[in-house]
Amino acid sequence: MFVFRLDPSSGVPTYLQLVDQVRRATLLGYLREGDRLPTVREVAAALVVNPNTVAKAYRELDHAGLASARGGQGTFVTGSIGEVPTATYAQLSRRLREWLRAARDAGLAPEQVHALVTATLDDELRTGAA
Amino acid sequence: MSGEPILCCSGLGKRYGRRTWALRDCDLELPRGGIVGLVGANGAGKSTLLHLAIGLLRPTEGSVRMFGEPLRVDQADGLARIGFVAQDHPLYRRFTVADLLHFGRSTNRRFDLAGARDRLDGIGITLERRASTLSGGQQAQIALTLALAKRPRLLVLDEPVASLDPLARRDFLRTLVDAVAGSVAGDDLTVVLSSHVVAELERVCDHLVLLDEGRVRLAGAIDDLLAEHRVLVGPRADDLDTMDGVIAASHGQRHSNMLVRLPGPTSPHPRWESHPVGLEELVLAYLGEGRNRPCSG
Repeated sequence: MFVFRLDPSSGVPTYLQLVDQVRRATLLGYLREGDRLPTVREVAAALVVNPNTVAKAYRELDHAGLASARGGQGTFVTGSIGEVPTATYAQLSRRLREWLRAARDAGLAPEQVHALVTATLDDELRTGAA
Repeated sequence: MSGEPILCCSGLGKRYGRRTWALRDCDLELPRGGIVGLVGANGAGKSTLLHLAIGLLRPTEGSVRMFGEPLRVDQADGLARIGFVAQDHPLYRRFTVADLLHFGRSTNRRFDLAGARDRLDGIGITLERRASTLSGGQQAQIALTLALAKRPRLLVLDEPVASLDPLARRDFLRTLVDAVAGSVAGDDLTVVLSSHVVAELERVCDHLVLLDEGRVRLAGAIDDLLAEHRVLVGPRADDLDTMDGVIAASHGQRHSNMLVRLPGPTSPHPRWESHPVGLEELVLAYLGEGRNRPCSG
């Protein structure tokens, strides 16, 4: 069964943390189509969070097409978002690390790296869309 | 949570003696099926509001309605719908756990004895123990279990976790969220609890009421409240303190931090960065507001 966690210091609202974890786990293949997610009550008791917050996260997952409730049986993962093969993932991750080291050696602070990544990503998306 | 509010306070006020208002002009609607956190400094009126909400105190002015009707705690029907755990969760200390359950069942019409036993069994509290021999955390769990076994529609808890260590606190709140999650539609449970521990409120509560000097300063769904506020950081600007929507401001030599309520001065200058705000920061800003204003700038 999928296990959620919470990072109280992240500043990210609880329901979004739950949604993100399912999204990431689906991307990474930890969750697959047809997997059952724990019930709202189970998640609320395990994390000691408000059940309405968990229900809100599950509604968001439903909207995003990532999971859906099957009457009375629970909530199931519906979409696997184009799974990345492990080897590809490892390779990309290694090259990203190399790049991050280069950025650090060039004297970029983490915020500057972040800003650069965001700007480049925006740019790429815009070019891709055009 | 949805539909009609469970509790509705209008123009609610309580005066002690001839001059001291513990609570005044309180207009409040509490949504059904949620967990409401009540915060405020000592003496802000939290206990007074809780006691008025369940009819333990009579208001000096204004009214409280539950499900649209006046509170009737002098009648069995009215009383049955309300559960209350007072500060320091008092129990009859000479009673065993079994005695306490028996007492609960004898004095309440729809007392869920089996459910209460299951719950206590689940957390490892045996029925033969005397209340006085149990730890603070276990006593709190029993008080909560007894209140839940009444199957109230509204459960009011006054500083329930203040005296508990972090583990006991977590266990107590786990019992609480499980009870709310397990309550069924149509017979759903609404909880109001007061607390100083804001970090836990953020996890457990979905609704917040902030009292300051006997008045409601802030009330609403926590997600909405967080979305309505921003922290702005930018070049020092003393003149912004008095602008509408600025809740709190602090100034360094060359920069200023401000907490603003939207729609407010979202971007007074392109160099201002806008950050989301956490619940603790938000609560402290509102509680400190009255005291910080005069010396800022």
